[in-house]
Amino acid sequence: MKKTLFPLLLVTMLALVMLCSSCGSEPTEEEVVFDPEALTGTYSREYEGTSINVFNWGEYISDGTEGTLDVNAAFEELTGIKVNYTNYESNEAMYTKMKSGAVSYDIVIPSDYMIQRMISEGMLQKLDFSKIDNYENVLPEYRGLYFDPEDAYSVPYTVGMTGLIYNTTMVEETPTSWGIMWDERYADDILTFNNSRDAFSLAQLLLGQDVNSTNIADWDAAADKLKEQNAVLQARVMDEVFNKMEAGNAAIAAYYAGDYLIMVEENEDLAFVYPEEGTVFFVDSICIPSNAQNYEAALMYINFLLETQIATANAEAIAYASPLINVRENEDYYYYQNEVLYPTEMPELQYFTDLPVDVRTYYENLWEEILRESE
Amino acid sequence: MKATERILNILIFTFLYAPLLVMVVFSFNASKSTAVLSGFSFYWYKELFASSDTITALQNTLILAVASATIATVLGLIAAVGIFRMRSKPLRNTVMTITDIPMMNPDIVTGVSLMLLFVFIGRLLGLANSLSFITLLIAHITFNLPYAILNILPKLRQTDRNLSYAAMDLGCTPVKAFFKVTMPAIRPGVLAAWLMGFTLSLDDFVISYYTNGASFQTLPLKIFAMTKKTVKPDMYALSSLIFITILVLLILVNILQSKSQKDNNRTLKKE
Repeated sequence: MKKTLFPLLLVTMLALVMLCSSCGSEPTEEEVVFDPEALTGTYSREYEGTSINVFNWGEYISDGTEGTLDVNAAFEELTGIKVNYTNYESNEAMYTKMKSGAVSYDIVIPSDYMIQRMISEGMLQKLDFSKIDNYENVLPEYRGLYFDPEDAYSVPYTVGMTGLIYNTTMVEETPTSWGIMWDERYADDILTFNNSRDAFSLAQLLLGQDVNSTNIADWDAAADKLKEQNAVLQARVMDEVFNKMEAGNAAIAAYYAGDYLIMVEENEDLAFVYPEEGTVFFVDSICIPSNAQNYEAALMYINFLLETQIATANAEAIAYASPLINVRENEDYYYYQNEVLYPTEMPELQYFTDLPVDVRTYYENLWEEILRESE
Repeated sequence: MKATERILNILIFTFLYAPLLVMVVFSFNASKSTAVLSGFSFYWYKELFASSDTITALQNTLILAVASATIATVLGLIAAVGIFRMRSKPLRNTVMTITDIPMMNPDIVTGVSLMLLFVFIGRLLGLANSLSFITLLIAHITFNLPYAILNILPKLRQTDRNLSYAAMDLGCTPVKAFFKVTMPAIRPGVLAAWLMGFTLSLDDFVISYYTNGASFQTLPLKIFAMTKKTVKPDMYALSSLIFITILVLLILVNILQSKSQKDNNRTLKKE
């Protein structure tokens, strides 16, 4: 009897693997189909059989779920290049992994301030824009941004803004200021960011400061403001904000605009506003690291990500704003002319830049203090 | 007395299984929300298989778990036999302690030190990717190995050494004697070693986080990277499937084991 056990186990495991791979190719009903005819860029099968290592944020691509386009599978089908797709959860985690020198990626998608740091440390290489013919789709306002002023290293992928999400059944008025996050009437119903930079930015915006201030006094003032907020806060959250707002467990939260669109599908009482003090803005851009092994294929992949059908699928899956004109003018785009992502009247915007180490240490210490006081 | 015992038991099992139950329930939720139950559906189970990305991660995880458990069990078996036959007791104790240390070592220390080693060797060899599937496999074998030895060695101690001598007397080669006489006696230990290695490898996050390369991602790593946005219920569906598979396997193993035990007892009685 026992003799049969071990092989039995192995067979079951292998059967599971097989089952999974066969199920993977099964099409769903309303699936969006990849249409190679509609491509505007030029692609060859010159690099067939090679592979590229793509390092991206988790859940930051259209992956074939919910009837969407499977971008990586489409690229593999088109070019014969295998996409090894892996994920990270923060800019810092990605930076550390690359800095170890143990791995080489062909594509990474860091945020603005991290790109600035990586360029200054020689971790990225210049892109050959003659091979990225779809670059013309990038809107002028997203070119030459502060972290890459000459447009040499990066191609914007998504852009996003922080805004105020509130539950209309719990908040009577229409909030216009970040100040409502300090309002005692909503004590214990307010959620803010659980990361220092974003949390500080709200106080800084309210105080009319520059979010990239290198003046210690500014940071002290913002920290005092945040300590004041401790009394009315329910919690500091990141992705828990989805559950809390969807279930109506909190009245007010600051989070990213695109994520509001996901929440509102579950709870239609939620509303969104950009406060009058302005807001902060981020850009995640596609880059090629200096130790990339398959540069030419990586360029082809970047070009592919800028295709209308591909970029639209990604913009719909991620729900953040797209910096591409071909997506914004695509009437089939689910968020076409969406007021949250593409407000007709843009709020005043500030970028996060990479701060000097001493300022970073200073505000991180203040942050620790604020957290201690909230306990 | 009995009542408190019963209450305690219920409490313990509630704490152990309530989270799993909640996960399974939400995997059948009709909507995306993880806060509101809005109906029963298999939607997320269907969704799960639509993403080639998730399937690749699942395949990677299973390939890695099967490979590392198998190699660690074979190596552990060889090591256990070697340790068992050592004549000098102090030497045996020393070797046992050395094999135990990696087990006591915090995962994060093992992970970071393995990564440093791999990077160092990779630099020496001039590799662009010093971390890859191979390094991940080596790391998993490394942490599985002590558990394999620990599972097999006690079974070896229970065997009668004279039996294999008798087999050799009757014309078996040492290798044949091992497979004909010793192996059947220690098979439950070997099986336990494999199963333990498999489950350890399946859910390892910390060591994999440091030793995985640019082209190979396991499921725990993929799920962790989802923390910026929200973890979608297709992951609950997947976790439920894995949990149920393991549960069924363990029940099967138990049934088969108790059956063979009964068979053994019966033959013993007859004799």
